[in-house]
Amino acid sequence: MLNAEAHLSAKVFADDIEKAPSRDGFGKGAVEAGKADENVVVLCADLAESTRAGWFQKEFPERYVELGVAEQNMATVASGMASAGKVPFIASYAVFNPGRNYEQIRTSIALNDVPVKICGMHAGVNVGPDGATHQMLEDIGMMRMLPNMTVIAPADAEEARKAVIAAAQTGRPAYLRFGRSATPVFTTAETPFRIGKALTLFESDDPQVAILSTGSLSYDALLAGRALDAQGIGVIVLHVATVKPLDVEAISAAARSAGRVVTVEEHQSAGGFGSAVVELLARYHPVPMRFIGVEDAFGQSGEPGELLAHYGLDAAHIEEAARALIGRA
Amino acid sequence: MYTDRMAVPTDGKLALLEKTAESVRETIVRSLVAAGSGHTAGALGLADVFTAFYFHILTHDPGDPESEERDRLVLSNGHVCPALYATMAHAGYFPIDECLTLRKFGSRLQGHPERALLPGLETTSGPLGEGLSQAAGMAYAFRMDGRKNRVYALMSDGEQEEGSTWEAAMFAGKNRLSNLIAVIDRNGIQIDGVTEDVMPLEPLAEKYRAFNWLVLDADGNDIAAFIAAVDEAKAVQDKPTLIIARTIPGKGVPEIESDYRWHGEVPTVEEGERFLQELRTAAGQVPQGRA
Repeated sequence: MLNAEAHLSAKVFADDIEKAPSRDGFGKGAVEAGKADENVVVLCADLAESTRAGWFQKEFPERYVELGVAEQNMATVASGMASAGKVPFIASYAVFNPGRNYEQIRTSIALNDVPVKICGMHAGVNVGPDGATHQMLEDIGMMRMLPNMTVIAPADAEEARKAVIAAAQTGRPAYLRFGRSATPVFTTAETPFRIGKALTLFESDDPQVAILSTGSLSYDALLAGRALDAQGIGVIVLHVATVKPLDVEAISAAARSAGRVVTVEEHQSAGGFGSAVVELLARYHPVPMRFIGVEDAFGQSGEPGELLAHYGLDAAHIEEAARALIGRA
Repeated sequence: MYTDRMAVPTDGKLALLEKTAESVRETIVRSLVAAGSGHTAGALGLADVFTAFYFHILTHDPGDPESEERDRLVLSNGHVCPALYATMAHAGYFPIDECLTLRKFGSRLQGHPERALLPGLETTSGPLGEGLSQAAGMAYAFRMDGRKNRVYALMSDGEQEEGSTWEAAMFAGKNRLSNLIAVIDRNGIQIDGVTEDVMPLEPLAEKYRAFNWLVLDADGNDIAAFIAAVDEAKAVQDKPTLIIARTIPGKGVPEIESDYRWHGEVPTVEEGERFLQELRTAAGQVPQGRA
């Protein structure tokens, strides 16, 4: 059943559940963080509207910095601003930020250990028609390998808002990952969020498989979990917003309790969230696993739903992977 | 606390600065011999510039490296850090003997500077093309807050080949960051040879002018001339200033001066002894900076 303590939306399974892109949560969260701390600044590389950085610009024009199409410079200017006492959020598409400016992030933000918040928009194939060039599928891997870096992939716009506010307060580097397309807003203002803490969405009495997911696919994981439960297959659905540092306790407990794990991410299977879970469970509690992710491929043009289905990332594929794992394919 | 001195140094002060620069050079040679690897030419060439900064130009306090009022010197070409470390040590940030730990396991003096390890470093650097933008970010933030701190960015000439340098130049020009003063160590060499062979940079001054910078030219091995250029830059109100500081790589050791092969080489123990001897005899007799 649904975890009551998650305080999910009353419409969580309704057809008319509200939908919004998680980047909206960035826009709202940045404004709230800006109100709470006058040192919060937002830098953007010629994408004010689509990244929602423009929402902050409207509220705090004097604290908004336009870099032009120069993502490398954005990262290092932000590093300098952080050294001078600011809390910079740098926003662009994830393919450029951290895709293009990786080394600047590595040296001047991560190794330098200054509180710059890297905001990668349009991550995953849900970018849709723009195609492979703009569908970032390697960013979680790139960022989680960096020492000093926190990595967060929120489930929806509401959690994204909270993640931005929380990230503003850590005093350390962070990477936050957002999507372009509108996805169900299934968490609420009451849903707990803490960096490093996973959230149980659904738990059956006698779980046989744990579905661990990150980002907006956690909603699909929840749909798959509910369907499996209805078929008499006990599940745990654990949303893991913080990919680094992982919630060792919650993930180990889910693996112990269910004995099998499926990981879900809109990212390459290699090197991403699933890999992080394997690394953790290999050390604490190895169990049979399946991975939902993109299998060593680039994306392509199409509608988000088509692409998620094509790459095997939707609820139906999650359900299928879970059944296969327990031998009930 | 050293404070912001606008005045040209007196003759007595200048002689002291020049003497200090010679001591800094000796420390650079000693530390590179001890390290067994590192970058000699650029470090020796910049001893005068670093001495001018830490003993005359910068507002800073070795006893309070985090002081809010301090100016910021961002070293972009981190590989010349033996010169930075030696100058900081002579200025009192840490014992001069610690320079002999350069590049050793457990040392605060990493092969390329790491801010988190050594109080007084403003950033972690080494990968080229990143210092100017960090300095610009600091200058931008200080201006937002109405703070008077000045920000200096020290770059190599070779790193002008990095595209990111020009992104930063564009940003600083657009925002008229007059509290930012950049210095290019124009020593004319890089790892693979002479800059104008590897990738021509000239006309360098015109390029920066086109990006809305004021550009000054100075002999980077003439402390008085360099300080005068910085003073001129401080008076500018409406744009960032670049000082193209012409230096002699390997300055002070005639046998290696202007030889690009010493960019990434270090003296052996025997060479080190000879270099120290040359430094002492050459002090005060070295050729003028190339125009």
